[in-house]
Amino acid sequence: MSKEIKLLKGNEAIAEAAIRCGCDAYFGYPITPQSEIIEYLAAEDPYNKRTGMLVLQAESEVAAINMVYGAACTGKKAMTSSSSPGMSLKQEGISYLAGAELPCLIVNVARGGPGLGTIQPSQADYFQTVKGGGHGDYNMIVLAPYTVQEQYDFVKLGFDLAFKYTNPVMILSDGAIGQMMEKVTLSEQLPRETPDHEWTAKGKPTNRERHYITSLYLQSEVMEQKNLQLQAKYSEIRANEVRYEEIQTEDADYLLVAYGISARIARKVVQLARAEGIKVGILRPITLWPFPSARLKELAQQVKGMLTIEMSAGQMIEDVRLAVEGAVPVKHYGRMGGIIATPTEVFINFKKLFIE
Amino acid sequence: MEIDVEQYKKDLLAQGAEVVFSKTKNLTDTPFSYCGGCGHGVAHRLIMEVIEEMGITDKTIGVAPVGCAVIAYEFWNIDAVQAAHGRASAVATGIKRTNPEKFVFAYQGDGDLAAIGTAETVHTCNRGENIAIFFINNGIYGMTGGQMAPTSLIGMPSSTAPYGRNPDMHGYPLSLTNLLAQLPGTYYITRQAVNTAANVRKCKKAIRQAFENQKLKKGVSLVEIVTNCNSGWKMTARQANKWLEENMLSQYPLGDIKVPKTDN
Ligand SMILES: Cc1ncc(C[n+]2csc(CCOP(=O)(O)OP(=O)(O)O)c2C)c(N)n1
Ligand code: SF4
Ligand SMILES: [Mg+2]
Repeated sequence: MSKEIKLLKGNEAIAEAAIRCGCDAYFGYPITPQSEIIEYLAAEDPYNKRTGMLVLQAESEVAAINMVYGAACTGKKAMTSSSSPGMSLKQEGISYLAGAELPCLIVNVARGGPGLGTIQPSQADYFQTVKGGGHGDYNMIVLAPYTVQEQYDFVKLGFDLAFKYTNPVMILSDGAIGQMMEKVTLSEQLPRETPDHEWTAKGKPTNRERHYITSLYLQSEVMEQKNLQLQAKYSEIRANEVRYEEIQTEDADYLLVAYGISARIARKVVQLARAEGIKVGILRPITLWPFPSARLKELAQQVKGMLTIEMSAGQMIEDVRLAVEGAVPVKHYGRMGGIIATPTEVFINFKKLFIE
Repeated sequence: MEIDVEQYKKDLLAQGAEVVFSKTKNLTDTPFSYCGGCGHGVAHRLIMEVIEEMGITDKTIGVAPVGCAVIAYEFWNIDAVQAAHGRASAVATGIKRTNPEKFVFAYQGDGDLAAIGTAETVHTCNRGENIAIFFINNGIYGMTGGQMAPTSLIGMPSSTAPYGRNPDMHGYPLSLTNLLAQLPGTYYITRQAVNTAANVRKCKKAIRQAFENQKLKKGVSLVEIVTNCNSGWKMTARQANKWLEENMLSQYPLGDIKVPKTDN
C-alpha cells in the first residue's frame, strides 16, 4: 500500500491525527499559537463530512476542559487544546480528570509567559505540566513532540495511553512545532468506536449497580486509600512508559538534555561540537513525565557534564539534577520571550560552562 | 445513629403495617444526610421518580454540583457524575453532545449555577443544549456554612454579610433564570417550590416536562426550585418555610417564565 504523505503545519497535524485516530470530540477555545487546531477541524467538518467527530468551540478553556470531562465520563475519546494562559485556566479541570481517573488528551502549544506574555514559542510551562499544575497529588503522562510527524503520532499514542491507564495525557508542544510545516506520513482512518468500559456512566441498566464518577472522598482514610491507589498507578506508568531518544551518546563525554524544539537545536550543537573534536551526545526525553531519570543516572557515570537546553529560565534542569544526584555538574542554557537560541550561541555557552 | 432500613421495614410489616407508598427504585436506601426540611431531598425524590416513571433510567445521566448536593450520587440510584464547582452544565454539554440519545440533567445550587458557573450556565443555555437543568435556589451557600449567594435577598443576613445584604456593597439579588429566558436557546423555563404538598405536585410536573422536552431537541429546559436552607438561614425548618413564603417568593415569584409555543 502506498504511503499517504502530506505537508502539514504542526497544529494541523494534531487536528488531522485526531480525526484519523477515531477521536469522538474536540472542545476548545481559540488562542494563538494553536488556533489552527480548531480552525482545521472546523473546516474539515468531521461531524458532517468524515467520522462524526464533534467539534465545539466552548465559551472558555474552563468550559472546554469540563466538556471533555463530561464526554470522558461516558467513555468517549475527547480532547482539548490550548496555549499557556488557557492551560492555566484548565488546571482545576485537569485535577478533577486525574482525580476521577478519566482518560482524555490535552494539547498545550506553549507560548511565553508569565501573564499574557507573548505569542512566541516557549517551554516555560514545564513545571505547570509535569509538577501538577492543578491541585493535589496527581500526574499526567506528558509527551513532548519534536517534529510535526511526532506531533501527529502522539495524538493516537496519547489516547492509547490515556485509556490504558484511565488518566489524562498531555502533549506539551510549543509555538514553533505548532507553526512549522513538515511532511507527515498519515495513518489510516480508524473507526470511531466506544468500547464498553466498565467504569463509564452511560445510563444504568437494571442488571447492574449504578456507576458514579467522582473525585470526592470526604473521609480521610478513604481519601488516603484513593491517593495510594493513584500512586500505585503512577508507579506502574513510571515503570512502563518512559520514552526517550539518544543521539550519539555511545562515546559522549558531555550530554545535552533537551526536548521539543530545543532538541532540534541540540542536534546542530552536536555537529558543531564534534567538528571541533568534542564528543557531545543528546538525551531527548519524549515523555517528560514519566521522566527518563534512570537512564540519565546511568549516563552520569559516563559523561563529565550535562547541559539542558530549554526555552525557559531552566525548569527541566531540576529533574535532571534530581536524576544524577550530584554525580556530574548540570547546567542550563536557554532563551526566553520566544527567542529560539541559535546552535552557535548554545555551543559558545556550552564551551564557557564546561570546556574553558 | 445508623438506621437499618430493611429491618425497620420488616418490623413495621410484622406489626401489621400495609404498604401504601414506596420510594422510587431510583433512590438508594442511603438515608438523606440533608438537614430535616431541606428542599434538596424533595427535589431529589421528584427527579428520580420522574426518571423511573418515564422508564428512562438506563438512558439517563445526572450531573451533581459542588454544594450540599455534591453527594447526590449517594442517593440517586442512577448513573451520575460529579462536576467541579459551577461547571455542571459544561459537563452535561460534553455528555449530551457525545451521547445525543441519552437524557442528561445538571443539578445545581445558586452559588454553583449563578455565581461561579454563570458563564457556563449562560452559554449552555445560549447554545440551546438539549438538557435539563434543575436549579436549587435557597438564597445562600448551604454547604460551606451559610455565606451570601448571588440570590441572597436584600437585608438577608449571612456569614459573609452578617449585617444583611447591602446592595451598595454586595449588589442585588440575581434572578438569572429571568435573564436566561431571554435567550433563544432556552425552550422551557419555570420557577417552582417544594414548600407545600401542592407545590411539590406542580414541581414534579415541571420536572417531567423538562425531561419530555429533551426528546424534542429544542434547547434547554430549566426548572428553578426555590427552597429553604434552614441551617444556613439559622431557622427551624418550619420557620424557614414561612420565611420563604413571606420573603423569597416575592423576589422569586413562582410560575412559568418561558413556555414552549404550541405547534397548532
Ligand atoms: C472552585 C471552588 N470554589 C469554592 C468552593 C467551595 N464551595 C463549595 S460549595 C460552595 C457554595 C455552594 O452553594 P450553592 O451552590 O448555593 O449550593 P447549596 O449548598 O446552597 O445547595 C462553595 C463556595 C469549591 N468547592 N470549589
Ligand atoms: S445546609 Fe441548607 S442546603 Fe444544605 S442540607 Fe442543610 S438545609 Fe439543605
Ligand atoms: Mg444555595
